[in-house]
Amino acid sequence: METKNIMIVGVGGQGTLLTSRILGGIMTDAGYDVKLSEVHGMAQRGGSVVTFVRYGNHVAEPIVEEGCADLLIAFERLEAMRYAHFLKEDGVIVVNDQRIDPMPVVSGAAIYPEGILEELEKKHRVYHVDAMAEAKKLGNPRVFNNIVLGLAARHMDFRKEAWLSVIAAKVPPKTVEINQQAFLAGYGQ
Amino acid sequence: MAEKQLMLGNEAIARGAWEAGVKVSAAYPGTPSTEISENLVKYPEIYAEWSPNEKVAMEVAIGASFSGVRAMASMKHVGVNVAADPLYSVSYIGADGGLVMIAADDPGLYSSQNEQDTRAVALAAIVPVLEPSDSQEAKDFTKVAFALSEQFDTPVIVRTTTRLAHSQGMVTLEDRSEPPVKEYEKDIRKRVMMPGMAKGRHVVVEKRMKDLAVYGNDCTLNRVEMGSDTSIGFITQGIEYTYVKEACPDACVLKLGLVNPLPEQLIRDFASRVDTLYIFEELEPVIERQVRAWGIACHGKDVFTVQGEYSANMLRERVLKKPVNVGDAADVPARPPILCPGCPHRATFSVLKKLKLHAAGDIGCYTLGAVAPLSVIDTTVCMGSSISTLHGMEKARGREFIKDWVAVIGDSTFMHTGINSLENMSYNRGTGTVLILDNSTTGMTGHQDHAATGKTLKGEEVPAISIYQICKAMNIEHVVEVSAFDVAELERVVREEVAREALSVIIVCAPCALLKGQKFPYRVRALSDQCKKCGMCLQPGCPAITKKADGTVQVDDTMCNGCGLCVQQCKFGALERYEV
Repeated sequence: METKNIMIVGVGGQGTLLTSRILGGIMTDAGYDVKLSEVHGMAQRGGSVVTFVRYGNHVAEPIVEEGCADLLIAFERLEAMRYAHFLKEDGVIVVNDQRIDPMPVVSGAAIYPEGILEELEKKHRVYHVDAMAEAKKLGNPRVFNNIVLGLAARHMDFRKEAWLSVIAAKVPPKTVEINQQAFLAGYGQ
Repeated sequence: MAEKQLMLGNEAIARGAWEAGVKVSAAYPGTPSTEISENLVKYPEIYAEWSPNEKVAMEVAIGASFSGVRAMASMKHVGVNVAADPLYSVSYIGADGGLVMIAADDPGLYSSQNEQDTRAVALAAIVPVLEPSDSQEAKDFTKVAFALSEQFDTPVIVRTTTRLAHSQGMVTLEDRSEPPVKEYEKDIRKRVMMPGMAKGRHVVVEKRMKDLAVYGNDCTLNRVEMGSDTSIGFITQGIEYTYVKEACPDACVLKLGLVNPLPEQLIRDFASRVDTLYIFEELEPVIERQVRAWGIACHGKDVFTVQGEYSANMLRERVLKKPVNVGDAADVPARPPILCPGCPHRATFSVLKKLKLHAAGDIGCYTLGAVAPLSVIDTTVCMGSSISTLHGMEKARGREFIKDWVAVIGDSTFMHTGINSLENMSYNRGTGTVLILDNSTTGMTGHQDHAATGKTLKGEEVPAISIYQICKAMNIEHVVEVSAFDVAELERVVREEVAREALSVIIVCAPCALLKGQKFPYRVRALSDQCKKCGMCLQPGCPAITKKADGTVQVDDTMCNGCGLCVQQCKFGALERYEV
């Protein structure tokens, strides 16, 4: 199997590390060689963060390079746009339809672009969800990232049961059920 | 079948140390090295501590090695500078129990103040360096490092980079094997470094490196992979090796695991078997310089960069001349890191900004006070430098020059090396104002304890060393403690102490907003009809507050931490704190 390249992008503090660890878990369980690359330290403080996940029979480098990504999972609209050029021509974007203003926008030095999704759809297959609103409906906004993951999971070849069991293994025990519900909300029953 | 696990590079180093039978580990947190200690502490057989700084950590490891057990100190690259003093001398002494320094470099500057290359330090300190390429090797090489340390009677550096430290790969787990404790025998010619003894040891050290270079010609750490295509060959190491394998799977590769000293014969042989030789190494041309000095033709920094990380795409573009088709990157607003919602530093900086003060800064989350919209910090050099650089300005230009300056330093950084700087300022009669931003943790690296928090790495409760009492013991008369979120009082204290013609310390207390159990039981809501659209609440740059299209503000309740700084900024009662 050719190595698959996935990127998870978002804003520091949104929980990209948890999502990458769930992905790492399901790929390892399936017997693949897996490499992940994460960002720790300063960038986690509200900066733009990116995590790379690669799996296949044998994975050499741990990063996904520009023009090579099969799937871009974005937890925020602007971040989807920032990293869209990492996608292959037929790559897929799964994006959480949320806006978080970066400091240059808050301070008035820059403008948050309008029409991001429409712009991305011109070149890529884009799937989006307002995961924060959905998560609030479930009663816990913090599980929004598993809703996004659920939507993304439709573009990967793992069984629903495998996802649910790896989520159970990776999230805090008290939150297993709501995280699984969140995943299913994104995945579709 | 042996158990396999997906592991972070740093986690694998900790596992390797455990398998190698390490007994003692000391460290000061620093990205990208922090998770090594955080994983080591999970093994009950290992004594692991946070030391106040890297020099102390290295010395603790050296002492443990003297006593006959395997020991290690881990740190980020700039920490190696702090530990350089013991490192350069223990190189002469050698090791009893295996002695390993883990040095984590940061090509690409993800979380550092410079991009220095530890291999260059190792050359000067005459210490061998191993460099793994993935998590499996991170574990394996750590074990080899302890064995080599004992075999060649030398400290050994295992060098990693951010990319390796923070990547995960599959690792095969093995059992722990603890070597017997070596009997201690007094030997001052080996362990007391004074001129007469050190002269003799220097000869030993030079011979040791020659022996290691010969060892490198024929050891499992270095390997040649002759591919089907001999037109190009790479000498590479570390994470760069994985980029070579990604972009040029059929090329010939000499993969070095022992990167100091370099194996001359192996390199000469390899070079003779390929048409064009590339040296593919991030940062300094350490291998390239030596290869060129041997008269071997090669490409290196003429093709690749000194700055930043490498990639497979760099090889596709610059060596293979077949770049990947990449669309243009969108021109979107940058998203630099910022202080978190509820961060006490934001409150402090908003006061300093209001008073139009300059700040000599230091290393920590609060370095972000240098950038807009806070823009208070003028200078940042290294750990502890805020206080000493402010002192230097005063001694150069007099009190008048620093009348609108303060130094700002965090609690952990103060305990690291700021303490020496303050000692100096008191001793040499400086009159500056020092703000110690005490958020009760080492924040930037992810909340590690230190001597002033009252807890050890092992989680043991210990009496917290009082920063206030340290200042008093330094004969500083004016030491004031104030809460960061009592903005009016903080402003009053800062005005008073900055005006004072004597050294004063303001300890600005408020725990990090991300510390467990430190969340305020409040949130803030905006009352649009009261809002005068003045923008005062936006000044401190809290990401939870944004301006709506009509010019009034809104608060994102999923981000707000309820610190109330914005409520204090608003003169019109348009922001209101409520309990949750």
